[in-house]
Amino acid sequence: MNSFREKSTRPAGRVVPAPENHLGAGTIRLAKGRRSFLATGAAAGLAAAAVPLAVRAKDAPLAPAPWTRSLGAPVVATGYGMPSKFESNVQRRQSPGLTPQPQASVSFTPLQNLFGIITPSGVHFERHHSGAPEVDPDQHRLLIHGLVKRPLILSMDDIMRFPSVSRIHFLECGANSGMEWANVAVPTVQYTHGMLACSEFTGVLLSTLLDEVGYDRKNAKFILAEGSDGSALTRTIPIEFALNDVMVVYGQNGEMLRQENGYPLRLLVPGVQGVSSVKWLRRLEVGDKPWNAREESLHYVDLMPDGTHRQYSGIQEVKSVITTPSGGQMLQGKGYYEITGLAWSGRGRIKRVDVSADGGRNWQQARLQDPVLSKALTRFRLDWNWDGGPALLQSRAVDETGHIQPSMPQLRAVRGTRSIYHNNAIKTWSVQPSGEVWNVQIA
Amino acid sequence: MSRSLKGAMSTLLAAVLCGVTATAVAQVNAASTEAGRIGLGRAATAIEIAGWDIDVRPDGHGVRKGRGTVAQGQDLYDAKCASCHGTFGESNRYLSIAGGVKPDDLKTGRASALKSPDGLRTLGTKLNYATTLWDYINRAMPWTNPQSLTPDEVYALTAYVLHLNEIVPANFELSDQNLTKVQMPNRNGMTTDHGMLSVKGKPDVQGSSCMKDCVKEVKITSELPAFARNQHDNLAEQSRPLGPTRGIDTTIYDASRSAAVPARAAQAAAPALADPKALLAQKACTACHGLTNKVVGPGFNDVAARYRDKADAVSYLVKKIKSGGEGVWGAVPMPPQTALKDDDAHAIAKWIAGGAR
Repeated sequence: MNSFREKSTRPAGRVVPAPENHLGAGTIRLAKGRRSFLATGAAAGLAAAAVPLAVRAKDAPLAPAPWTRSLGAPVVATGYGMPSKFESNVQRRQSPGLTPQPQASVSFTPLQNLFGIITPSGVHFERHHSGAPEVDPDQHRLLIHGLVKRPLILSMDDIMRFPSVSRIHFLECGANSGMEWANVAVPTVQYTHGMLACSEFTGVLLSTLLDEVGYDRKNAKFILAEGSDGSALTRTIPIEFALNDVMVVYGQNGEMLRQENGYPLRLLVPGVQGVSSVKWLRRLEVGDKPWNAREESLHYVDLMPDGTHRQYSGIQEVKSVITTPSGGQMLQGKGYYEITGLAWSGRGRIKRVDVSADGGRNWQQARLQDPVLSKALTRFRLDWNWDGGPALLQSRAVDETGHIQPSMPQLRAVRGTRSIYHNNAIKTWSVQPSGEVWNVQIA
Repeated sequence: MSRSLKGAMSTLLAAVLCGVTATAVAQVNAASTEAGRIGLGRAATAIEIAGWDIDVRPDGHGVRKGRGTVAQGQDLYDAKCASCHGTFGESNRYLSIAGGVKPDDLKTGRASALKSPDGLRTLGTKLNYATTLWDYINRAMPWTNPQSLTPDEVYALTAYVLHLNEIVPANFELSDQNLTKVQMPNRNGMTTDHGMLSVKGKPDVQGSSCMKDCVKEVKITSELPAFARNQHDNLAEQSRPLGPTRGIDTTIYDASRSAAVPARAAQAAAPALADPKALLAQKACTACHGLTNKVVGPGFNDVAARYRDKADAVSYLVKKIKSGGEGVWGAVPMPPQTALKDDDAHAIAKWIAGGAR
């Protein structure tokens, strides 16, 4: 189980502990081109040049920092605040070569660097089919028609006057982890699980709007949702979902939706693969049969080993992943680490998460962070003392229906390797004695 | 004065109170009765709805009047579609819109290609209803100019794509009269017999709840090969340089690393050199080239035969694989395989030059 990487005596990019702390990002950048210098033990001299404040003195009174002895920026230096410039590594990213065109593509949420359960709107993953349109909210309209008594046209002013609700839910693309069905393909949790986000959404319950138009209670079985983007993307929503917790959303994390997430209006179908939460929503049609749209026949269908496709496979089943330590990261020496990650289920609340550090031989129950909400991300944590040896980290979630997250071999035994969609398998990260963590699969 | 003012005030007060009460009652009614509505928005007229109501369903709901022939479709296709989808719908840059349909599939309604592990997944082998093809071309194509086609043009293009998949003959005319009657090769290939339709659905795969001594032996079955270390660019720049971990600097191969790598790297590369056929499948070469038959591009045996006596065949083929080409084997261009590693291209070229056996 040991890989070649464990033989590496001194891993690249290792952080050198300074007397009172680790070196900062600036020092690391400085040190990169001068590894041999570091390796010969001259680290103290280099560090002194880079961070005179913190490191130079071995035993002297802490000196005030430059920012302590000067005036900071005024208020409204930026009318809409941005993350600190030191946070520039935390970005959405594309997986090279995954798609031929950036307008029909996907970007991934940097899960490895997020805390808690809420995804900042600016790094929420993106999935467009014909690019993200710039929709003028004054001109935007929602048409509701079909099997209804009163077909309606609603402006954004109208929609935002309806009784509203705010709810925290995850959004996961059905193809999340889709590159991992046959083998590992990508290095970090951003690429293996990053078509995932969780936000507080504000909007109107679809059931409220359906009452307003007087939907046909006897014959209405499905709703077609249609986007106003160039792909005019359509998905069929079963009426049981529509009447339960589906929302027509304009707010996300306290502000209006971002353009790339459907501004000014999108559908939200909690617990169901992201494609059903149609962005830039312009039309809802109540009907009695499913539509067999392109995105529910040519795509977003799960190919089984016998050659059949599972159609209308909406529910995102119980799943979890460790975000720290995770693939592409490097541990900074032996000792205490908090293993932490995310768990979620499209069927309800997370009941329990277990963590293994030995490839699934033995498991230990993790702590769940409040709040534990239905169809929302749940943060889990477990204390871990790394002894410097090889470890295989895994997490396994159980939801309130009793569904236990399966292993990759268990999932493959039933669904094969060509399904693309709905890979909810246990993820394994290999910690090497060098401190490097890599994406692996085990049997 | 005081009396009359008092009287007026009490009347006003009563009115206000009544008003409040009446409003409260109205709100309760609005929330509790079907007849009561919030009353926002405006009625949509039939003419307004017709402008956006473009969906077409397999049962004929929404089918537009119109007609178009395969021949008309071919002209439109060559002008508006072939640049992305390939002259014969073979482009594997996007989902191939033709190929893989076997004559028997039309009878069974099950695309046999989907049953084999490397079977072609195309529009022809996957789609179950022709209405979906019409609906999608109508709403979203051409990609950079959607909703620009007339219904007749959409019928013609749909007819041509069906013909490319050998579902309808060359003299076929598609119209609102026969759109829902087209028998697709994979019409029986979809199932809704699974647990992901509903929250209450039964999951098909259940994990284990074992906590102790659950497995005897743990074996790593897959890991990223050494050459892929930096394939997603430098991971050090993709992680916050603060806190318990750092991103791995994947640009650095220092002495200790390169000393450690070869044994494993050679192992990873070995199968490719020993068995280039595995590489062909892994790199999706076989999506366009059969070992002994033409798919979109020529069969590997034909390529081998053509360059058998060419002295610099290996370097020539490496260049062709990496840069792509057009016109040697027909009109369909081979896209450049820029993502293919030099070593892999070399291994494939060497194998072809050696007879492709």
